[in-house]
Amino acid sequence: MAKNPMELKWQEIPLGFVWHQPKSSLNNHTGSWRSERPIWDEQHCIRCGVCALFCPEACIRTDERGYFHADLDYCKGCSICAHECWTGCIKMKPEEA
Amino acid sequence: MIEQYNVYAAKLLPPEELFASGHKACQGCAPALALRYLMKALGPNTIVCNATGCMEIVSSAYPDIAWGVPWIHVAFENAAAVASGVESGIKILQRKGKLAPGRINVVAIGGDGGTFDIGLQALSGMLERGHNAMYLCYDNEAYMNTGIQRSSGTPFGASTTTSPAGKAIPGQKTVKKDLLEIGVAHQIAYAATACTSYPFDFMEKVKKAFSYDGAKLIHILAPCPTGWRTNPGEVIKHGRLAVQTGMFPLYEVDHGRYKMSMDLPFLKPLKMYLSPQGRYRHLSEEQIAIIEANLKARYAKLQALCRITAEV
Repeated sequence: MAKNPMELKWQEIPLGFVWHQPKSSLNNHTGSWRSERPIWDEQHCIRCGVCALFCPEACIRTDERGYFHADLDYCKGCSICAHECWTGCIKMKPEEA
Repeated sequence: MIEQYNVYAAKLLPPEELFASGHKACQGCAPALALRYLMKALGPNTIVCNATGCMEIVSSAYPDIAWGVPWIHVAFENAAAVASGVESGIKILQRKGKLAPGRINVVAIGGDGGTFDIGLQALSGMLERGHNAMYLCYDNEAYMNTGIQRSSGTPFGASTTTSPAGKAIPGQKTVKKDLLEIGVAHQIAYAATACTSYPFDFMEKVKKAFSYDGAKLIHILAPCPTGWRTNPGEVIKHGRLAVQTGMFPLYEVDHGRYKMSMDLPFLKPLKMYLSPQGRYRHLSEEQIAIIEANLKARYAKLQALCRITAEV
């Protein structure tokens, strides 16, 4: 699709919409919803991966040393990771305006 | 060597995300988590038929889609019927040699409204005809997408916008429909309950379901912080408490043989589960005692069924 789909007029939208690009929601940066961001304390992190397991956004990934970090483009700040962390090494820090 | 053991480590899960980031679910959405686990268990060789509901809306907001597998949106009432058609189509194409032989997983997904209320006849048809497909019902216990209306999956006493707690009624007046028993009554290959707080249990159940031919039904409890009036960060804890208090027992029915996935020696007090949730805030001690007596009777019945069917 050459034209940006958000700029189509309603007559130009095909009946029965078909998505041609899988996982195109990656263009949709939901990080702007966040009011708190998770901060990992690497001194106490045991790299178990429970935070990544329970993340509904699938935005927590490992870095090259095996520590976990949230992709702040997508993190909505739900704080599941902070509640589920076994060692309590994740703290939620309010976003500054 | 390691393939012979079930190793439950979060780091050993496949890293590929087939339900991608950027979907528009609320903060702390456990149904989105359920779909993430489903796709981790099934892998890319899957076709998903999704009934209208929260998970259809949030994953396919125009013009983006969060799915990395073939996915079709269908109306509320016919997700199971479309999955039946997809499964039959694959079978015919493979018989005619137009499609490479091999297993393609077909999954129908519906919410509790789309399964318990509206899609029940299509689901019954799919289970009765024995299509080689799985129906996944993610149960957040009301019509959350349209603004928390009661469904027949809403438990007794829960306050929703169409069963508001007040002087006249104590929230939902009827008990939750037992979906899995309806599935088991069709004598299907595999039926199970799961909860998003126990992801490995759920993924094992999905894999086990697809090791059988025939219709499969999985009913997963997925707490909704918006509709349950809870803190988004505590949805995993609430799901765990739902299982540990016996409100939502985890069990599987494998060819008619009942088995508890977690056989609890004692149940936690129900108040631990009910009190943090805003939708149960109005319940009196007597009403909680009635609910607790009912769920204990149901739990004892399940344990008895496990004992009886193990001998048959």
